[in-house]
Amino acid sequence: MKSSENTDKNRKKENEEIIQNAANSDYKYGFVTDIDMHIIPKGLNEDVIRYISKTKNEPEWMLEFRLNAYKYWLTLETPTWAHLDIPEIDFQDISYFAAPKQKEGPKSLDEVDPEVRKTFDKLGISLEEQMRLSGIAVDAVMDSVSVKTTYKEKLAELGVIFCSMSEAIKDYPDLVKKYLGSVVNYRDNFYAALNSAVFSDGSFVYIPKGVRCPMELSTYFRINAKDTGQFERTLIVADDDAYVSYLEGCTAPMRDENQLHAAIVEIIVEDRAEVKYSTVQNWYPGDKDGKGGIYNFVTKRGLCRGDFSKLSWTQVETGSAITWKYPSCVLQGDNSVGEFYSVAVTNNHQQADTGTKMIHIGKNTRSTIVSKGISAGLSQNSYRGLVKVLPKATNSRNFTQCDSLLLTDTCGAHTFPYIDVQNDSSVVEHEATTSKINEEQIFYCNQRGISTEDAIGLIVNGYAKEVMAKLPMEFAVEAQKLLSISLEGSVG
Amino acid sequence: MSSIKQYTDLYKGNTEVICSCSNGVMNAMRNEALKSLEEKRLPVKGDENYEITDLEAEFTPDYGVNINRYDFGADTANAFRCDVPNMSTWLYFSFNDTYYSSRTASISLPEGVIIGSFNQIAKQHQELMSKYYGKLAPKSNAAVALNTLLAQDGLFIYIPKNITLEKPLQLVNILNATVPVMVNRRILIVLEENAHAKMLVCDHTQNQEIDFLNTQVIEVFAGKNSSFDLYDLEESGERTHRVSSLWAKQEEGSNLLVNGITLVNGHTRNDYSIEVAGEHCETHLYGMAIAGNKQHIDNHTEIMHNAGHCSSNELFKYILEDKARGAFCGRIKVEPNAPKIEAYQGNRNICMSPEAKMYTKPQLEIYTDDVKCSHGSTIGQLDQDAIFYMQARGISKNEARMLLMQAFMADVIATVRMDSLKDRLRHLVDKRLYGKLALCQQCSSDCHDIVNNIEQ
Repeated sequence: MKSSENTDKNRKKENEEIIQNAANSDYKYGFVTDIDMHIIPKGLNEDVIRYISKTKNEPEWMLEFRLNAYKYWLTLETPTWAHLDIPEIDFQDISYFAAPKQKEGPKSLDEVDPEVRKTFDKLGISLEEQMRLSGIAVDAVMDSVSVKTTYKEKLAELGVIFCSMSEAIKDYPDLVKKYLGSVVNYRDNFYAALNSAVFSDGSFVYIPKGVRCPMELSTYFRINAKDTGQFERTLIVADDDAYVSYLEGCTAPMRDENQLHAAIVEIIVEDRAEVKYSTVQNWYPGDKDGKGGIYNFVTKRGLCRGDFSKLSWTQVETGSAITWKYPSCVLQGDNSVGEFYSVAVTNNHQQADTGTKMIHIGKNTRSTIVSKGISAGLSQNSYRGLVKVLPKATNSRNFTQCDSLLLTDTCGAHTFPYIDVQNDSSVVEHEATTSKINEEQIFYCNQRGISTEDAIGLIVNGYAKEVMAKLPMEFAVEAQKLLSISLEGSVG
Repeated sequence: MSSIKQYTDLYKGNTEVICSCSNGVMNAMRNEALKSLEEKRLPVKGDENYEITDLEAEFTPDYGVNINRYDFGADTANAFRCDVPNMSTWLYFSFNDTYYSSRTASISLPEGVIIGSFNQIAKQHQELMSKYYGKLAPKSNAAVALNTLLAQDGLFIYIPKNITLEKPLQLVNILNATVPVMVNRRILIVLEENAHAKMLVCDHTQNQEIDFLNTQVIEVFAGKNSSFDLYDLEESGERTHRVSSLWAKQEEGSNLLVNGITLVNGHTRNDYSIEVAGEHCETHLYGMAIAGNKQHIDNHTEIMHNAGHCSSNELFKYILEDKARGAFCGRIKVEPNAPKIEAYQGNRNICMSPEAKMYTKPQLEIYTDDVKCSHGSTIGQLDQDAIFYMQARGISKNEARMLLMQAFMADVIATVRMDSLKDRLRHLVDKRLYGKLALCQQCSSDCHDIVNNIEQ
């Protein structure tokens, strides 16, 4: 009896060790590209904003937009309501602009700095490869300036505009003027104001009426320079009956200092149009002791302006020291649909406060929220969501499910849903569960010769499958790999 | 300027009167309360956890406070109108904020049990009461601090070790005045090891034409292996404003049930905060609200698991009609040193009219892995298919809706652990749903003429 008890104890200990090992994985994307960077001195004031605007050859109205945002930002205080422990950020100790030094824009791939291309090769997003094999058009943003946009010509034939924000400001000022800031006003929040003042670059997508974008558009963000914040801005407009699927991936090299990332994504969806926005976020989460890592404070919002429009957010969050992110849908058009699918993994000292907002304004609007949180190590993982149904949004429907899985007894999982219903014909449902990984399931796998490590991998992947299935194929593979890396040691 | 000032000024100007008409136990706390109110404001609409309720506005009107303890002439007969058939109780009642007990109440209480108004028994039991009074309700909460500052009387219940009360306790609170009045109520409940008791509290407002502000603080200490049931039934009036909070602490192996039922009210804000400090505890927190007209009901609950191997169950249900406003905010917190917790939280709401609004915020905060926690929340309407099904079988639409609403509230009533009270509640809820309703005093045919049975 005693010996079997001992073996049991040993096995339990072993299992615990394996789970603990989850904390020991290292960051695979931690390398620094040594290329000529153009960085301006640290600090933020009107001159810096003028300088950024001038360097980018922006028109007067753009500078005005930036300065207005900056003036408003000065009146704000850093938000503290999230369930996050954010060390004080010195906004004067950050350089607000960093661009790879190049005299003129590259005309073809060969002209791109070989070091830059090597970086992307290491990331596994070799431009040539992708151009040839997957047919994805990539707009790679490295430290804020778009390096190379692929497949531009092919898209241009259909009238699809896919370019960097700086080009868009130059080439399509009317479109940018019309839509920039229309969904996320610079008065929206602290980080939105900051971004509006200093944003360096980003992607601009316009899908004209009736066009179904034939390929998935993709941007890869990477923070490279030390002590620079990355402030990119994405604007996607899908005109009537258009369709586009947009992918965003993020990595950052390993740095001890914390880096700030405050982006804005705005999406406008017109009548019967559909936008699918997928993110795999893998910023550097800091080391095992919580040193370094990216602060990811992002404002993402889509406006379903047209009737029967649809916007779908899918995100896999494995990185960042601190994540503060709520991709939202404003369902203004009648019969519009909003979706949010999320997997958030936190390990070591990571903190995440993420979720969504669904604002039902139009009639018969529908929204679905599926959020899966996985916490390990000493991390804190929170879901925060708002579902608001306004009086005129009759017959609206929302379903929310948020589950949390806990892998160690030192981590935390929290759920903060806010539900506000203001009419009598809408139905809103919310359910949430929190539990640890099921020992019986692990035991069942062990019995069949599957090691505990593999079993945890199976269970976690099965648990996140509902969301993974929503990712485009090319991304799903990468996301699964990321999930494994994030929980390495416990996941096979 | 915060409306707190008018109350602190009142206190500063009348400290002597307030203290002389009260007792040593309560007076000892006032200075601390006053200090914590300095530089403070009451929560306003939009503050976290006060999404629909503006406490600042609740406290702003100029209410009279009966600091001299004038006798308003209690119509005590009405106190007994909410007699529960087939349920014999030890009956106590308060008129505004003065506490009385019926003549029969103190007879036949088991030895060692102390029940009575603070002012009556504070001298005899000062040490015992001081040990517990004000120890759970935090003065950092402005509403609690105001109550501590101004409350002059309360009900003290002490059940010693190994005592089980055979009959439930009943406290009937009555509001009646001819001018707008603020009343500050206080209940302190202490159960020693292995003590068991049940209690029913009913709130009534007799004069429906007058504005009342009713603040209430309840503190419950549940000792080792004790059990306590508290049923708090509000049937006040549309012009009654209630700001109530309950603070409980559970020791090892204790079993606590709190059920807050709001059938008729004006503006109500209830806070429930339960700290589970010992292992193997059971916590049950239930509530229901039926609100019409412009009724406003906001329940805020918090269960903190500080010890392992405990379970908690929470269920709140609302039916909102007309322009009623409902809010529910529930939080379950599991601390890192509390493994093997099973905690469930449910909130189900029905909006019956286009102008009814419901706000809900069920939250989980979990800091350890070995737990089973879930919460669910829905806001919706009655099932049209079910109504059609019944109509197809000859049941009128109205009747069908009633049946569904009764069934909807049945699970909360089913949690009551006293059969006679369960029947009574079912009856009251049915009547409330049929709209005849209003006060249970109109329905109790078996009122006793016990006016003479009262001792002050």
